[in-house]
Amino acid sequence: MLRNNKFFFPALLVLLVIVLLCAIAFGAVPILPADMFSALLHFFKGLPPANIYEAVFLQLRLPRVLLCAITGAILAVSGVLMQGLFRNPIVEPGLVGTSSGAALGASVVFVLAGQFSPQLKSLAGPLLVPAMAFCGALLATYTVYTLAKNAKRVSIMSLLLIGIAINALCLSGTGFMSYIARDPQARSITFWNLGTFSGASWSQVFILALVALVIFIAVQRYSKELNALLLGEEEAAYLGVDINKMKRRVMLLNTGMVSIATAFAGVISFMGLIVPHVLRLLIGSDNKRLLPAAMITGAMLLTLADMCARLILAPAEVPIGIITSLVGAPVFIILLKKFNVLQQKGGYNA
Amino acid sequence: MLKTENIQYKIGKKQILKDISAVFYPGRVTVILGPNGSGKSSFLKIACGETNDFTGIVFYDNRSSKNFQKSELAKTRAVMSQQTELNFPLLVSEVVMMGRYPHFAFNPGSRDIAICEEIMRRMDLQAFKDRNYLTLSGGEKQRVQFARVLAQIWEAPTTGNRYLFLDEPITSLDIHYQHQFLQTTKMLAAENIVVIAVLHDINLAMQYGDDIIFMKDGEIVKKGAPADVITADLIHDVFNIPVKIVEFDGAEKPVVVYHHAR
Repeated sequence: MLRNNKFFFPALLVLLVIVLLCAIAFGAVPILPADMFSALLHFFKGLPPANIYEAVFLQLRLPRVLLCAITGAILAVSGVLMQGLFRNPIVEPGLVGTSSGAALGASVVFVLAGQFSPQLKSLAGPLLVPAMAFCGALLATYTVYTLAKNAKRVSIMSLLLIGIAINALCLSGTGFMSYIARDPQARSITFWNLGTFSGASWSQVFILALVALVIFIAVQRYSKELNALLLGEEEAAYLGVDINKMKRRVMLLNTGMVSIATAFAGVISFMGLIVPHVLRLLIGSDNKRLLPAAMITGAMLLTLADMCARLILAPAEVPIGIITSLVGAPVFIILLKKFNVLQQKGGYNA
Repeated sequence: MLKTENIQYKIGKKQILKDISAVFYPGRVTVILGPNGSGKSSFLKIACGETNDFTGIVFYDNRSSKNFQKSELAKTRAVMSQQTELNFPLLVSEVVMMGRYPHFAFNPGSRDIAICEEIMRRMDLQAFKDRNYLTLSGGEKQRVQFARVLAQIWEAPTTGNRYLFLDEPITSLDIHYQHQFLQTTKMLAAENIVVIAVLHDINLAMQYGDDIIFMKDGEIVKKGAPADVITADLIHDVFNIPVKIVEFDGAEKPVVVYHHAR
């Protein structure tokens, strides 16, 4: 294992930078490093972009790659948090309703707010969409927990089954919203159900970066408590952890960042599953190292996935959710088989 | 000193504990014996402060357990459970370090690291230090958990006592480690720790217990020194199985022998 290797994090960071540069360079319009450099130079001098390549870089490629990287970091960290809370390695925001609930909340505002008043629609983008996504995510996640709760305990089996049902319900809701949407360019049905970064903008990047920064710092403080929770709720309580308070707070922080990411990029499944799984094999389960490692690796992998999504059928685009599911579904099955997770008693005391 | 006064505990309408009062002294190992469902584990849960949902008072050095913060209690008392379920890959040394969690904020100090090293050495766990916990056998896991529990109360606090609660901790250990475990416990008790253990094996209780409490149907049937409490009549009363208590040359303590009535 690489857990005590001091080169692990620097190597991970170098890889991330390489992946980010590649993702910026490759696409329908290739961008050379010289273009990137001169574009940044012009931007900081306050000059307009000199050519089409610089414009594509500044207004399309860069915000897209950044939004994608931050979203990947958020989803991977969320996977680590949820797996820690549920003490089970097969939980992630896509499976327990968090992502689909957020997508439903966002799509309701996006489609209906515009129908009622244009002013509301102009306000809708930056503020109302994330707020409603948060409400939707919280409601869906809470519903899954409550329904899966049996005699004060949430079994993983019932959690996954109820998760499937609530996901289906939310996805049908978002499907309906997209179907009745007047503005056909606005968002297609596939947007919220499969996810894409094609609509990335700088304002989204700034909002998400701010949210991610604040929440990552906050959850890092819970890494010790999350470790103790791996021993079970009773043992964690013996070690002085206030379990209920900790669970409530981590869940709220987690729902907050996932819902805003989903509002901007749609539902991207399995990221929260793949990244923690790979990292646990490499560096173990100490959340103090797992959380930052998941942040970097998540950013890297989702950026890679988005690059694939852009290149496979270039100049057309594949929704990124197709790529992540293609890789994630087999990993999910392997996890189920390998760890017999459904038979495990480890679970969540509600 | 740990003192319980008039502890009563109900689950639903069922009275699990009826008026339990007892005193536990530092430096002594008190073993609680009794049949399944006699309320031993419930009593331990209340005494260690896991639940506050009972009537009566548990005093830790004249201060009620209900007046402690969880984090405060975690610095002076540790609890060893029958089984701990840990399904994620962690190093043995990382699991042991969890015992120090109540004592540091984010990163372990040099003192915490030194304590863990010393405990692993004493518990024959040095060879396991860098092993993945998930690859250990049931008995090995239990020894790692015991090391973690010991790490939690290894150092005496500036004021007050230390308390160690053991809930049927040796069930999954082989005979060698059962004795090693109880010898370590005895050694700890000698450092002025209050030790309260629920055990099933009456012979081990006789050998390692300084005081014995016999429970049945949520009540204390008898308490006192092992030789006074553990009698053939009492065991027959409580467990409904005929026994003989035999003394023989070379054995430090008498031995309980079970024989079926024909």
